[in-house]
Amino acid sequence: MLALRSFAICTAIFSFAGTISVAAQASDIAQFKVAKGSVYVERGGQRLAAQVGTALQSTDAVVTGADGSAGITFIDNSLLSLGPNSVLAIERYAFNTTTHEGAFDAMLRKGTLSVVSGKIAKQSPDAMKVKTPSTILGVRGTEFLVQTRD
Amino acid sequence: MRGYCAALAATALILGGCAGPNRDLVVLLPDKDGKVGTVLVQNPKGNAVLNSAYAAARITPEGVQRETVTKNEVGDVFGSALAAQPPRPISFIIYFESGTDDFTEQSKQEVKRLLAEMARRQAPDITVIGHTDLVGSDPSNDTLSLQRAERVKAMLVSMGVPAARISTAGRGRREPLVKTGDGVPEARNRRVEISVR
Repeated sequence: MLALRSFAICTAIFSFAGTISVAAQASDIAQFKVAKGSVYVERGGQRLAAQVGTALQSTDAVVTGADGSAGITFIDNSLLSLGPNSVLAIERYAFNTTTHEGAFDAMLRKGTLSVVSGKIAKQSPDAMKVKTPSTILGVRGTEFLVQTRD
Repeated sequence: MRGYCAALAATALILGGCAGPNRDLVVLLPDKDGKVGTVLVQNPKGNAVLNSAYAAARITPEGVQRETVTKNEVGDVFGSALAAQPPRPISFIIYFESGTDDFTEQSKQEVKRLLAEMARRQAPDITVIGHTDLVGSDPSNDTLSLQRAERVKAMLVSMGVPAARISTAGRGRREPLVKTGDGVPEARNRRVEISVR
């Protein structure tokens, strides 16, 4: 009975995941958990439409349109979300799941960004930096907001 | 049409006048548990340390201005970004019966809660993280903790969770749940944590 119920729950997960995701890659560093309106990933000069389940790689940029917003969960449990008309470039991301050492540099070129820092910033106070074109934010933790306008 | 353009230009002037060039705003929020972190704002024209709830730095070409903003101002500027925050990751903890591969009865209930949480989330992915107690060296515990994580992953896959959604990690003895002296056996530290995102 218990096994049956578990199976039913798993089937639900399986069928849902099947519609929106691709197989995880070792180079994946994050995933979209929220994508509303127009949301894109820029990777190697290409622009790809992002949806819930889309994976991010280091050096990707995330772009939202006038009607767009997006929420991204990184593998160190950092949570970043963007409001409309925003551009966020992931400049560097590295995370060692055993030691929690890592490096996280992100650049908000324009728009609005919400950050909940994760295990990288918790392990090493200088390991996470959020930048705007004019300013560098050293992230000691944990929750903060950034807006930049040109 | 001309009137419309003139109005647009006037609006742009007003907005531009208000905003100024290269104007940034940084706001520190209280954490979910009520604690407040720290953000260091570094700009060629000045620095600021934000370490209290709703402390803010406004950055213009003239410099960095420290102030405190209200919740309403935060909602006006950052409402959409905040509404798009992903759900917080949640951890479930699995313990093993002493000296066996069997999960405790309590842990079986924990697995049921984990599966229910995955069903509630959009595109859930999980990391299975093994931990050891403080008996033995770093390298041997790194190996042991990863083995425990792999075992739990195999169990989840056998229950139907797609393997592509599961990553594993071994934290070794770095993160004991219960602080003990070196070399002390402690069942509560021999655990596997499943983080659902």
